[in-house]
Amino acid sequence: MFHFIIRRIIFAIPALIGVSIVVFLMLHATPGDPAQVVAGPEATAADIENVRKSLGLDRPIVEQYLHFVGRAVTGDFGVSFKTGRTVVEEIGHRYLNTLQLAGAAMLFAVVVGIVSGVLCAAFKYRALDNIILVLSLIGISAPAFFVGLVLMIVFSVQLGWLPLTGNDSWLHLILPCVTLGLANAAIIARVMRARLIETLDSDYVRTAYAKGLSGFRVITRHGLRNALMPVITVVGLQMGYLLGGAVITETVFSWPGLGRLIIQSISSRDLPLVQASVLLIAVTFVIINLLTDLLYGLVDPRVEVA
Amino acid sequence: MSFTENVDTTVPSAAEPFKPQRSSEWARFWKKFRRSKPALPGGIIVAIIVFCGLFAPWIAPYDPFRPEFGAMLEGPSWAHLFGRDELGRDLLSRVIHGARISLLEGVLSVALAMSVGVPLGVVAAFFGGKLDIVLMRVIDVMLAFPGVLLAIVIVSILGPSLTNTMIAVAVYTIPIFTRIARSATLALMKEPYIEAARSMGMRNGRIMLRHILPNITGEITVMATLRIGIAVLTASSLSFLGLGAQAPTPEWGSMLASGRNYMLIAPHIVIFPGLAILFLVLGLNLLQDGLRIALDPKSVDP
Repeated sequence: MFHFIIRRIIFAIPALIGVSIVVFLMLHATPGDPAQVVAGPEATAADIENVRKSLGLDRPIVEQYLHFVGRAVTGDFGVSFKTGRTVVEEIGHRYLNTLQLAGAAMLFAVVVGIVSGVLCAAFKYRALDNIILVLSLIGISAPAFFVGLVLMIVFSVQLGWLPLTGNDSWLHLILPCVTLGLANAAIIARVMRARLIETLDSDYVRTAYAKGLSGFRVITRHGLRNALMPVITVVGLQMGYLLGGAVITETVFSWPGLGRLIIQSISSRDLPLVQASVLLIAVTFVIINLLTDLLYGLVDPRVEVA
Repeated sequence: MSFTENVDTTVPSAAEPFKPQRSSEWARFWKKFRRSKPALPGGIIVAIIVFCGLFAPWIAPYDPFRPEFGAMLEGPSWAHLFGRDELGRDLLSRVIHGARISLLEGVLSVALAMSVGVPLGVVAAFFGGKLDIVLMRVIDVMLAFPGVLLAIVIVSILGPSLTNTMIAVAVYTIPIFTRIARSATLALMKEPYIEAARSMGMRNGRIMLRHILPNITGEITVMATLRIGIAVLTASSLSFLGLGAQAPTPEWGSMLASGRNYMLIAPHIVIFPGLAILFLVLGLNLLQDGLRIALDPKSVDP
């Protein structure tokens, strides 16, 4: 077990190094002189020279990269051009907001996805099954920003039940989390349905029925348990989609998270903020994937852990 | 059911590699395609939107760029079926012209991603070893940026524009094609006819081009249909975020972005472009189901 964990962690390292290289190169790949970019549009020639010196932009690129990583590991991403505060100050609480939104969306997706998947399987090929299937197709095909705007029109403007934007109370969380989680709920429902139908067709389920167990008990005790494994994999894979999708949902609902910060910082050309936010999301994603892998190894005895 | 009856035991000839050419093969394709219930409605939706995209200037009732400041945000009417937008432009005409842009975004970016991703995957699987390991590590790095984030990073480097959006979406799609091409090739490598071609002394490039590529086309096509839908979604999302097509361009995502400020008083200006994206992606998803069955070599003939 110990070796399995260590090996997985070592496998994650090349991806982390690659991510840091890409984020580092964002500065150099942006057209124009990086020192000019960092110094901002109103900088004088002397300012630009100072920036070049202080960032070490005059030194070899490998040295610059190692310097960048060294600072990143200690949480030093420099200062935001716009507010003058350190990047860490700017992104800390926004990171938590994004995690809160993504977590809530995942919870929504898992609950709605599993319940509708089970309903589909239980009422296979009947009206309810077809309705849920069509809805899930729409959920997969609809762009998140459109879903968000429609939800706002219906629930905030027409019905007046929920607040439009912001994040002052838990009520503010509902629409963004539904928007972000909808596609995932649809995917989970489809996987759940397919696996449960397959499981319910197997011999031991037939035995359970033959024993005289009720349909509800068969589904919950025998079917669900065995159909859940693939769902766990899907949930792990989809977590990354949620972190990426948060960029769009946060922009629609003015949710003060990392995603919205990235978009705002791109338009205000605040590169340190973009770099730090992108790096943080990518590292979180790699760690989540690692945890999913480990969890899967723990839960499923068939996975080779030696 | 035995597998052998459907496995093509003859070495496929280079001239007509995968696509069914004779009419009877088209008939077989069509029969299999029709076994998927959603495929035909999906195909019809996609066909309508493609028609709109191809003939936009002729079927759009008005000029999509001409403002009419006296009638801003006017609701739908018989003269203007989808109403007018925030500058009084005819929304139906803009949505029809938008079909052209969205289809272009989807098809071009996927084509670009395929032309880079598929060869990489085939080569990685064919030669294996260090090359494979290095290529897969690079792909892992690309996949470490979740969802649209990689596309956003690329657009932020290249600068916002329609072309750069397509490049960004293409790069973001490359890993998908590399992976699927790699696993399909790995499965083929065990086939006797590859072994035979090798022992005949056929050059590696020729084996890949004539024996591997034609035999993975089916899987790639199915994936491409699916990815065009996702590429349309991603590209319109980037435009919605202000990183893609810019202001007067009638791109569906950017129409939603500029319309959202007015949606409280005139919801139609976000509803119609949004529905357009939804229908295009839905159509492609449905169509993909039929192609998957029809192009799967293992699916039994009806």
